[in-house]
Amino acid sequence: MHTYLKFGVLMALIVGSLVWLAVGGVQDTKTYYKTIPELEKLDKTAQAGRLRVGGDVQPGSIVKSAAGVSFVLHQGATTLKVMYTGSDPLPDTFRDNANALAEGRLGDDGVFKANKIQAKCASKYEAKPPQRVVHQKAT
Amino acid sequence: MENVGALSLLIAFCLAVFAVAAAVIGKYSRRPLLTVSAERAVYAVWILVTTASGFLVYSLVTGDFRLAYVAAHSNKAMSAIYKFTAWWGGQEGSLLLWAWLLATYSAIAVYTNRRKFRDMMPLVTAIMMTVLSFFLGMITFVASPFRVLMAGRGVIDVGDGNGLSPLLQWWTMAIHPPFLYLGYVGFTVPFAFAMASLISKQPGEAWIHTTRRWAILTWLFQSTGVMLGMGWAYTVLGWGGYWGWDPVENASLMPWITATAFLHSVMMQEKKGMMKVWNMVLVSGTFLLSILGTTLTRTGLVSSVHAFAQSPVKPYFTTFLLSAIALTAFAIVKNLPYLKSEVKLESVVSRESSFLFNNLILLASCFAVLWGTLFPVLMEATTGEKAAIDAPYYNRVNIPIALFLLFLTGVGPLIAWRKSSLNSLKRAFLIPSVVGLAVIATLAALGIHNPAPLISFGLCAFVAATIVTEFWKGSRAIQLKEQLPFPKAVFQLTWRNTRRYGGYLVHMGIVILFIGFTGAAFNQHETRSLGLNQSMRFGRYDLKLLSVSNDENPNYQYSRGVLEVSSGGKVIDQLEPEIRVYKSSQEQSSFVGIRRRLNEDLYITFQGISPDNSKAIFQLYVFPLVSCMWVSYWVILAGTIICLIPGKVRLQYARTEVVGIASTRATVQS
Repeated sequence: MHTYLKFGVLMALIVGSLVWLAVGGVQDTKTYYKTIPELEKLDKTAQAGRLRVGGDVQPGSIVKSAAGVSFVLHQGATTLKVMYTGSDPLPDTFRDNANALAEGRLGDDGVFKANKIQAKCASKYEAKPPQRVVHQKAT
Repeated sequence: MENVGALSLLIAFCLAVFAVAAAVIGKYSRRPLLTVSAERAVYAVWILVTTASGFLVYSLVTGDFRLAYVAAHSNKAMSAIYKFTAWWGGQEGSLLLWAWLLATYSAIAVYTNRRKFRDMMPLVTAIMMTVLSFFLGMITFVASPFRVLMAGRGVIDVGDGNGLSPLLQWWTMAIHPPFLYLGYVGFTVPFAFAMASLISKQPGEAWIHTTRRWAILTWLFQSTGVMLGMGWAYTVLGWGGYWGWDPVENASLMPWITATAFLHSVMMQEKKGMMKVWNMVLVSGTFLLSILGTTLTRTGLVSSVHAFAQSPVKPYFTTFLLSAIALTAFAIVKNLPYLKSEVKLESVVSRESSFLFNNLILLASCFAVLWGTLFPVLMEATTGEKAAIDAPYYNRVNIPIALFLLFLTGVGPLIAWRKSSLNSLKRAFLIPSVVGLAVIATLAALGIHNPAPLISFGLCAFVAATIVTEFWKGSRAIQLKEQLPFPKAVFQLTWRNTRRYGGYLVHMGIVILFIGFTGAAFNQHETRSLGLNQSMRFGRYDLKLLSVSNDENPNYQYSRGVLEVSSGGKVIDQLEPEIRVYKSSQEQSSFVGIRRRLNEDLYITFQGISPDNSKAIFQLYVFPLVSCMWVSYWVILAGTIICLIPGKVRLQYARTEVVGIASTRATVQS
């Protein structure tokens, strides 16, 4: 039984430290998805945390410079100015009207400081072929 | 024609269901004719699914744009090879590929075992055909690749299609899905054998011997698939990395992790009759994670950058997955006494225990990845809030796990079975430990103080040293005994025990892979803008912008920045990163400029022109040692192939196998 006790202790030690790492990792990187209207309604402490905000990229609003990329996300009538300063280049799918997800923090000036952008353009991967193609034929 | 394809699938579905019923009834009512009929049905299913696939491929290649699938994933401008690969470019087609691969694997498994395991084979057939019926049912009733485009009541031909996404028009991407699928689907066979042997309580470990090669080969396919995906992400996506912990990437990684654990822990069952429950859990886990992976990529269960959109197959997949989990768990729990270990663990410092910890830690890693991947789903289900966790979480959990695994890679193969004495440990590990510590000391002296890379490089050296000493000791013994030149002795040694030395080679590949991973700790990155004919310095490179051009060809428009790369005053290269916009799909795609070298890659993406039109913006990266990742693949491939070759000992001493192995071992170790 002595050997099994040793195994038990070792395994508990390994599993325990991994759980500890995982819990810490979850707490530090957990980000909530918010829509733009929801973002405005959040209280100050929640606004200070890391967030993911989704919306469509307003056409013509993308401005690239060496400092970063700024653009405007909109959802219906509400808009949000975003400044992207992350290290990864923007995904190829990121362009006017793309559905984008900005991840970062809301600044005091109301500009969302993002360091990660994901984008999916509406037509990507699985379009709805029948409607779209029929439309093509009609034109 | 689409009717013939759809009909073949429908008949295949019916035959697969028949095979399940016939096999089970035949076994339990002892009617051998019925079980034979079930096995014949498997061949028929293969022929039918092959026919259907042939029709789909033919429609894709000839451009039959009446079919919704063809119109959505092919067009006239695409080259023939991509028209063919459009087979798996969309959901319906890739499900058909899944089904076809499983039908092929099943036919091979049934054929090669047609005179063996008469007691167990009906169950194997039944399990494989159950899985296949599910997939055939999906493509027959829910997501048929042979749906035609309808306008009102008439079938229409749209003339040309949307074409395959340009990101997928790349050679590694063309073969990445089939390789992953070969790996995913392939594990159904070992799973079926394991479950069949469990349910029919087969004596001995026949299923392990039979499926060892299946498992190794499908593991190799999985590794190839994951590697191709990483290579594609690095070369084509242009975000400056090869792994982003995206749910879909995780989906391909998880079954690989459990398969790796399985390949190790079956050795314990073969040699010692231990860890039987583990093996059952691991082989089932791999199979279930493969299904989960398919569910994640095909149904939009988790939102991901490259998952398919929400789709009608989701509820079916979820139901299938959950019932498969429940049935497997039930079968294992019900037969627990059958899985009782024959030997008990004796010591914490033993080969057995290193296998145990290897299993534990691999499973922990898999669980951590699974948790992160399903976190958004679980979070939304429990609290109603949408949230996700990110790359730092995965890295924080997986880096310590990976380092511990690397340590075990070095220790495991050298430590004695049952119990190791302090003396034998000293003998085996003195040199490798000295080498590892020496590397750490040297690197620290050279100015690397970040602990994780230091430990990683140290462990890499340690493991490499254990492998080299193993080869050296063995070959030296053969060299002296048989008067052979050293290289021939190495060859002889490897051939005598291909599993062992092939395995070492795979471990060496893993070491090289880790060197590549660790290089990422020293990545450099900057965003810079540059006017025409201006130069800038980045790392040890001088970059000069020679020209920026905009042009087009029939397929796409592009803007290209041409950069001259010099180092130490000498021009060494010219890189031409591009942005392409494909005409038919209006999708944009980056084309990265990469200067690949073993020590480091220079990697440049063109980001466009600054608003005042005076400067071009580039993302510049230096990735040290990233090429090691691709090198490691070839080493792993070579090692795995060696493992698959039957060893000389088994061939020559077939009748006195056990004695043969023991005596060679003794000479090798002396």
